[in-house]
Amino acid sequence: MTPLLRVDDLARHYPVATASGQKRLLHAVDGISFSLAAGKTLGLVGESGCGKSTTARLVLGLLPATRGHMAFAGKEVSATRDRQWRALRRRMQLVHQDPLAALDRRLPVGEQIVEPLVIHRLEAGAEARRQKALELFEAVGLRPDLFERYPHELSGGQRQRVVLARALILGPELLVCDEPISALDVSVAAQVINLLQDLQARFGMAYLFISHDLKVVRQIADEVAVMYLGRIVEQGPPEALFHAPAHPYTEALVSAVPTLQRGTAERIILRGDPPNPVERPAGCAFHPRCPRAVARCREEAPVLRPTGDGRLAACHLVPVASDANAAAA
Amino acid sequence: MTLPTTSDRSGVAALLPAMQAPSPTLLALDSFSVVFPGANGPVPVVRGIDLSLAPGEALGIVGESGCGKSVTWLAALRLLGRGVVTSGEVRLAGEDITRLPERALSRIRGGRIGLIFQDPTSSLNPVQRIGTQLMEVLRLHRGLRGDAAQREALRLLDRVGIADAPRRLRQYPHEFSGGMNQRVMIALALAGEPELLIADEPTTALDATIQAQILDLIRDIRRESGMGLVLISHDIGVVADLCDRVAVMYAGRIVETAATQDLLGRPRHPYTRGLLAALPTLDGPRRRLTPIAGTVPAPDRMPPGCAFAPRCSLAIDECRGETPPLLLAAQDQRAACLRLAETAAAPAAQAPASLGAFA
Repeated sequence: MTPLLRVDDLARHYPVATASGQKRLLHAVDGISFSLAAGKTLGLVGESGCGKSTTARLVLGLLPATRGHMAFAGKEVSATRDRQWRALRRRMQLVHQDPLAALDRRLPVGEQIVEPLVIHRLEAGAEARRQKALELFEAVGLRPDLFERYPHELSGGQRQRVVLARALILGPELLVCDEPISALDVSVAAQVINLLQDLQARFGMAYLFISHDLKVVRQIADEVAVMYLGRIVEQGPPEALFHAPAHPYTEALVSAVPTLQRGTAERIILRGDPPNPVERPAGCAFHPRCPRAVARCREEAPVLRPTGDGRLAACHLVPVASDANAAAA
Repeated sequence: MTLPTTSDRSGVAALLPAMQAPSPTLLALDSFSVVFPGANGPVPVVRGIDLSLAPGEALGIVGESGCGKSVTWLAALRLLGRGVVTSGEVRLAGEDITRLPERALSRIRGGRIGLIFQDPTSSLNPVQRIGTQLMEVLRLHRGLRGDAAQREALRLLDRVGIADAPRRLRQYPHEFSGGMNQRVMIALALAGEPELLIADEPTTALDATIQAQILDLIRDIRRESGMGLVLISHDIGVVADLCDRVAVMYAGRIVETAATQDLLGRPRHPYTRGLLAALPTLDGPRRRLTPIAGTVPAPDRMPPGCAFAPRCSLAIDECRGETPPLLLAAQDQRAACLRLAETAAAPAAQAPASLGAFA
């Protein structure tokens, strides 16, 4: 079966000038591949600067790729804003962190939910459009009397619901959510997480769910990819990834999460900051911070390979599938 | 950190005998309230807080945005400007600092009480070298100048884990990463040799692995110096990580306070129980989250009685009539709720299935 979204060796580089005026390349996304099945959720996690949001913009065709391919429902995605691009954009939508920035402050929220229908010339007649918008307004759990309100009259959680309703009105097959609940308070964040799950069950769209919060990603994702400095270092089902991380970076990331259950004794403290993507370290990009790095890690960049238990890892120290099978036999 | 040797102030020294006393208190808030000016009259934002902190104790303050958790401490140190009216007492080692003249209070801020905030990069002066900023604090609060100040600045940078300190002292904040700037902020706070560090969301703007470094650093420094800590955070995980005791705030009041383990293990206030049930976890089975219905009330539209009543599934008529005081719910655990008998049952955090009553 063709996956809804297939990404193959996708990369985005930016030319930058260093402090000394030298021209260099910033590898924001540096060759990532993944696929996402219809109705499923892929969580993308990593720290700031790892390329999560650039990936979102590439996938949506908002940013041209330097290298690689993307196919959405079998059709090549490009960032050329032609007829095909517009047709595809109707089928994939973006929800990002700050709903106030995503909404027009001078328009009642109801009108903003109707707007995509007008832009894409769907649903003839103002009344039919309004009815459709009201339906979605209710689906995201907003009271109809808020329909005529302005964004500043709503709470943060309500605004994010408006953004969701607006994204859903075109009946998208893919929703790219970039930190959709990071700006929300705990009690409201739980409401929106549940809503996202309910909407997926009801409308069947796939989510590319980007977040720095592992706990939220675990809650919502069917599959998780961990990014470090523009590349995927580990990918697999959330339970496997978070309970028995294979890659040392995933392991450090998981152990860094302050939880109520675990003590602090076994926490792995990584030294230093993530390196500058302009000066990507040779070999494995994680080796300068990796507590387990060996000589080979400094010279040879590990590729993302199956580990034999349904996941992928890019680390010289993780046995590959054939080794693991041999060991098990 | 070592106790002051070159210090010209007597705060820490005066405190030392008190530490042996039966119930010493480093800082106490007594019926502390904060009122903001509003377009339609004064708006009470903090509505009567009673809190005390023993020397060396780490107290976590949790709550959602707008509950007054930051405002309480900013107002206590008179950092909110003229329009803001406070009442009640803030006693530092017995002395009510709300009555102090500005000059005396400014010696306490950055001296006996250190402060760090969420966004380190905007807390630092962008056009001054790190060394200049550090040495200014050392001159103002410790009377150090010249070589002595330079030596102490180097020691402090080294203490907060900044390598290559001599070069770093000559750099500007923009040359540092966010995590490094937060280390600098901690060094600045430590420069005054504080008895108490107030840290307001100190790791919220930082990445996960950097957050772990900073929490680790604060824990280490506390172990060495015995400095008290007030850690304000929306993240219960961060608070649980560092604090002995937690106070949960809602709508300008403390609704529950207990030792960290007790608060997490058997929360008694419905709001605390709701917060814990709303949190996704990394461990244990994946279950549907139980959100708290509705949203936090705006300070100028506070419901009568218990402010949580409109969102509370246990609320009864009495809850809407009177504001519940902080009552003893268990040993060393207080909760401001009229329905404590109903929350005495199974621990909420460990047994979410038993939270049916909250759905």
